[in-house]
Amino acid sequence: MTVLILGATSPIAQAVADVYAAAGCSVALAARDVEEARRAASDLTIRYGVEAQGFAFDACDAFEHHSALVSEVEEALGPVDVALVAFGFMGDQQASEEDFEKARRVIEVNYTGAVSVCEAVARAMESRGAGSIIGLSSVAGERGRASNYFYGSAKGALTLYLQGLRNRLASKNVHVMTVKLGFIDTPMTFELETGIPVASPQKAAKAIFNAQGRGVETFYYPRFWGGIMGVIKSIPEKMFKRLSL
Amino acid sequence: MTTTSWASRPLAGWGRYPIVEALCARPESQLQTLNAFNDRQGDAMLAHGFGRSYGDAALLSEGRVVLTRRLKKMLAFDEVSGVLQVEAGVTIGELIEVFLPRGWFVPVVPGTQFVSVGGAIGCNIHGKNHGHAGCFGDHVRAMEVLLASGEVVRCSRKQHDDLFWATIGGMGLTGIILNAEIQLQAVQSGAIDMESIRFNNLDEFFQISEESTGYFHTVSWIDCVKGGAQMGRGIFMRGRHASAQQAATLSEGPLERVVELVQRALDGRVFESNMLLNRATIRLFNEAYYHKHPAGEHHSVVGYQPFFFPLDAVENWNYVYGKRGFLQYQMVVPEREAVRDILKVISESKMASFLAVIKEFGDQDHGGLSFPCAGTTLALDFPNFGEPLLKMMDRLDALVAEVGGRIYLGKDARLSAEMFRRMYPQWEAWREVRDRWDPQGVFQSDLSRRLGLTPA
Repeated sequence: MTVLILGATSPIAQAVADVYAAAGCSVALAARDVEEARRAASDLTIRYGVEAQGFAFDACDAFEHHSALVSEVEEALGPVDVALVAFGFMGDQQASEEDFEKARRVIEVNYTGAVSVCEAVARAMESRGAGSIIGLSSVAGERGRASNYFYGSAKGALTLYLQGLRNRLASKNVHVMTVKLGFIDTPMTFELETGIPVASPQKAAKAIFNAQGRGVETFYYPRFWGGIMGVIKSIPEKMFKRLSL
Repeated sequence: MTTTSWASRPLAGWGRYPIVEALCARPESQLQTLNAFNDRQGDAMLAHGFGRSYGDAALLSEGRVVLTRRLKKMLAFDEVSGVLQVEAGVTIGELIEVFLPRGWFVPVVPGTQFVSVGGAIGCNIHGKNHGHAGCFGDHVRAMEVLLASGEVVRCSRKQHDDLFWATIGGMGLTGIILNAEIQLQAVQSGAIDMESIRFNNLDEFFQISEESTGYFHTVSWIDCVKGGAQMGRGIFMRGRHASAQQAATLSEGPLERVVELVQRALDGRVFESNMLLNRATIRLFNEAYYHKHPAGEHHSVVGYQPFFFPLDAVENWNYVYGKRGFLQYQMVVPEREAVRDILKVISESKMASFLAVIKEFGDQDHGGLSFPCAGTTLALDFPNFGEPLLKMMDRLDALVAEVGGRIYLGKDARLSAEMFRRMYPQWEAWREVRDRWDPQGVFQSDLSRRLGLTPA
């Protein structure tokens, strides 16, 4: 089995790569920092004795390269059975409000770039009638909030996109899974001071691996975020405005 | 885009004394490490792995700390020669987990498997096999170091050998070790064929130690509470890597499984209390530990974990000392008689050491501020009794320095700059090399400031 990890240098991506490599899968690691992706590939090969390779990939710089990347990966490691879209970019909300170029970057990485590469993977899987696409979305995409609405709206759009893709590919035997992540111990949450428990990337990776194996379509991780978001979504807008969340 | 996330975090060594608030970054890749270095805004910097040095060697209160625990990629491995290149945040435990099934072991391991390769090099750690295998640094073939200039330089015994020398046992003060090439040791199994012998006093210890030079691994537990004729009684353990046949006899019964499960569920944090370890309970523990072992010699084949890492069985055991924390005093003296004087001071002080370990080192002449030298080493864990303890340690320092001994910087939280210079006469040679590679003193630690190795 071959797994393609897009945005392979993030801690969640690396942890997911570990879990699939431990299960004996070949792993393609695609990232902007191709040197690091290659190092990660050596690591998987040494630890688990699997085939692994690093590939250069930029979510936004050249959308037309995304199809070429998928072909390149499949030529090197065989048809992609599982693709994980793991990249994301939180950006700086305030800086994005002041400078649209910054906001645009957040939108393009999290939404446009993700959609572009998902389409490339989807075409390959659709033609074979097999495969699984995992998109890492976020609980931030569940409700627009003053503190992170560029990131949130891009992730929300990604969630909707994955839903549409799932419906399109359902008849083609291609599985599409949306993971709505809460706080995971990554650079995005490193500075965060919160009473809410932050999950380890390793635990998140295991949950993702298991859910993909079972054909789950949408899930929250950590699970309790389903409850939190249920509450947050039910707060009337009139009140929500005053909560400054 | 590439600005580093900095967060203020409480940081401590294993002794949880002192605890400081430090501005930290936690890079996920080599590039992010370089970015963190460039984003330090002129501040001093230090790498921090798993916080398993005991005192302030890995702390930097005014400056920026790079947490290296996520930099743990294995970069290259030669299955024929056993040479491995890994990033500095890989732990000894991970190395064993990955390579023991393929017939390789880490050539030198400390008393815990939760140390990083970077920390093992920075402290130039030793193990139970010092007489045969030297220190960890003796098995390092090359390193890549991020220097104060921002360059990444490869060093080895042939290439920038001065930097290589100063970085091994350099307490992290020459730069950030990014990765290292290590020569692993071929073994038939991870099990240890061991003998344990109870000894009644220090003379018996030295006698058994002399008879045990043929054993690869030696270490002894020693009762530091007992004075008088039985001063220095304890249990001597010696062993070698077992053959594949011997290892096959090592089977885990249901009882061992249960014990293992219980240990895994235990966490020292549950027992965090200043009251738990006092003179009475420590005396009781030492008494029981001594008598648990029958007199004479006993032979057994054991797994590598109980032999090398017995304390790892209980996670966060350091919390058992309570909020006050604890201090380890590890020293080496070239003369045996000095050990007797030191034990006397301790047993008379009424400040008891919960766990004490004694062993004899072989020769060591390599690496920066490395600790070992030929002689006897004693490691003692004391609950942080405060001022009286610090005063006694000052007294011990004087005894140790007097006979040309020294204390282990990787365990230290309180040595004075003056005493340090007496104990480590090579400090000037080391400092000269360090200053050549880091003239501005970018890399600092609370320890280096205390010992006058970098500007305070």
